[in-house]
Amino acid sequence: MADPRLLQILVLSSLALYGAFGLELEIRPFHAAVTVVVALLTEAAGRRLRGEAFDPRSPLITALSLTLLLRTASPGVAALGALFAVGSKFLIRARGGHVFNPANFALVALLLTTDRAWVSSGQWGHVALLSLLLVGAGQLVIQRAQRGDVTWTFLATWSALLLARAAWLGDPLAIPWHQLQNGALLVFAFFMISDPRTTPRSRAGRSVFAVAVAVAGFVLVYGHYEPNGLLFALAGTAPLVPLLDRWLPGPVYLWNRTTETHHATHPARFSPAAPGLR
Amino acid sequence: MRRILPVSLLLLLAFAESAAAFCGFYVAKADTKLWNQASQVVLVRDGDRTVLTMANDFKGDPKEFAVVIPVPTFLEREQIHVGEKAVIDHLDAYTSPRLVEYFDGDPCRQMVMRMNKMAAPAAEGLAAGARDDRARALGVTIEASYTVGEYDILILSAEESAGLETWLLESGYKLPKGAGPVLGSYLKQGMRFFVAKVNLEEQAKGGYQTLRPLQVAYESKKFMLPIRLGTLNAEGAQELFVYTLTRSGRVETTNYRTVKLPTGMDLPVATKERFGEFYKAMFGEQTRRENGEVVFMEYAWDMNWCDPCAADPLSEEELRKLGVFWVADGEPGPSTGIMPRPGPKSGARDVFVTRLHVRYDRDHFPEDLRFQETGDRSNFQGRYVLRHAWNGTSTCSQADAYRRTLPERFDKEAQTLASLTGWDISDIRRWSGVPEPAEPGEPQTAVPWWKRLWNEK
Repeated sequence: MADPRLLQILVLSSLALYGAFGLELEIRPFHAAVTVVVALLTEAAGRRLRGEAFDPRSPLITALSLTLLLRTASPGVAALGALFAVGSKFLIRARGGHVFNPANFALVALLLTTDRAWVSSGQWGHVALLSLLLVGAGQLVIQRAQRGDVTWTFLATWSALLLARAAWLGDPLAIPWHQLQNGALLVFAFFMISDPRTTPRSRAGRSVFAVAVAVAGFVLVYGHYEPNGLLFALAGTAPLVPLLDRWLPGPVYLWNRTTETHHATHPARFSPAAPGLR
Repeated sequence: MRRILPVSLLLLLAFAESAAAFCGFYVAKADTKLWNQASQVVLVRDGDRTVLTMANDFKGDPKEFAVVIPVPTFLEREQIHVGEKAVIDHLDAYTSPRLVEYFDGDPCRQMVMRMNKMAAPAAEGLAAGARDDRARALGVTIEASYTVGEYDILILSAEESAGLETWLLESGYKLPKGAGPVLGSYLKQGMRFFVAKVNLEEQAKGGYQTLRPLQVAYESKKFMLPIRLGTLNAEGAQELFVYTLTRSGRVETTNYRTVKLPTGMDLPVATKERFGEFYKAMFGEQTRRENGEVVFMEYAWDMNWCDPCAADPLSEEELRKLGVFWVADGEPGPSTGIMPRPGPKSGARDVFVTRLHVRYDRDHFPEDLRFQETGDRSNFQGRYVLRHAWNGTSTCSQADAYRRTLPERFDKEAQTLASLTGWDISDIRRWSGVPEPAEPGEPQTAVPWWKRLWNEK
């Protein structure tokens, strides 16, 4: 089976190009280059310190996700984002793997610490809906739905919450429908929450996880008027994943089952029976 | 006849015929009916602290005036203030799209907005005691009642929308169809209603000729503007200008796309005579191309300077009047020199202004506008360029070459104008004096065929 990361790199690159030229997202080529270089360098350094082989695919995906979502006027902040993201993979670990989706961690860290970084969730607009759905769905097909369950459970829960809110407020259906068409929501659902390495190992665990992120995000976005509520919800829920895995064990996810070189996927070392921080 | 055009402020936007000199002179003249209905609000925001100013240019009988505005929190008497329209006019002028003439400095266009045609009545409302009893019976709580300046203000909450609707109707407000559910939605979201009428005695005492802007200061996580009551209006799309004054950078909407207005184009020199029309047509055409679903950013700039200046930056006193609470007292204001400032000066005020312009209706803007402040301090302005051709009589090879380039340049300017506004290019060529390009044997088409292909109405 082909490594889904290659397709993901292609899809994220296409989205970045479409965002830059089709939607006028402020994607600056220089920032994108800085992000990619810093992500690769951080990955190389981290792997070296851990005595592991370097693989550019994961840091590339992280860098592309940051390019899509992180807005800043400063190349320094873009570099910091890449450093935080990839660095978090090596520094914040539990049960032998990283805890946070790297791009999610960097976004949340920057949003909390500087006013020079922001996420333009409204800028994806509605015209992008169809194309995002298409690429997102294509991505899921290739992944053989191994983590599609997270995306769909999340989207189903999120939709149910928005519909329930509209029903309670007596709002017309146009309002939840408009809220669901937010392009940033789909980017989040298809390309961030579905990260197989930071979601629970069992299907049941992933369902609990997806529902938890949706509920927490809903409270933040609609209860506390936090536009980036979903990013905070995912980062806040991620530390629960090791607990969920202990409660509902499942097999470790391997990116590429035939040529796996990752330390983190060594089965003996990461069996659910031996959890804990390393 | 009493009417209420609810909440969202309906304003009249107009261009003043003005020739004040700032950095050159204004070249724009436009008639005073540019937009029939437009509202202007100023949102000052830092952290959760917000000051909202609503321009008010209601021109009718003051006793006919009334306004109903959803607000996120209860408001104490001191949180409500009556401001000065002149400051909003200045902010409007400072942030207006501008016309620039090359050869002669930077002419700009000044725009003056008028506003507001809110509503209504309640001249012969119930006496206060009876009013409160009736409100209680309907589940409406009059949480506070203030007289501020020339306004009588009530802060209302209610158990459910039907009672509130009944109370408002009984008190003389004519609500638009469908207001009930929207009121109910705001009530469930914990919002209060701010209801203002003119106190005729106070108005006479103060000698106010026009109604001054209402200002409210509050602390809330909700960085938003309620527009839903405005969308109920049967009169179609509403025009809204939102000026935000923030500290770290420009403001954008988080639930709609914020798009920059096209800017920097060279236009036929004759556009000078119809800049107001041009701006209005361009805004309409750009809105149409974006399916009426976006918010346009017309200006984003550090308040310390401008280039070219359509008007001087606001003084610290003016900023404080708008509620910019972090601008310290006693600091010297900006110099009032007439030339553009090259950049922020030392001791500069950290105030960043964003001007957003949105044409909204219920189909395209089902939700209230939600905003966020970004860290983007890059400057943006709507700026349009007139390049006057040199028309000297010298003869030399360069002059001949220059003259040969002119027809193509003029035609390109006409096409740019046609594309921005959707105007017919033959008309543009006629009034701008650009000859139809001569292509023997081929009938002239207004626009190149490929533009027609995808540019259809």
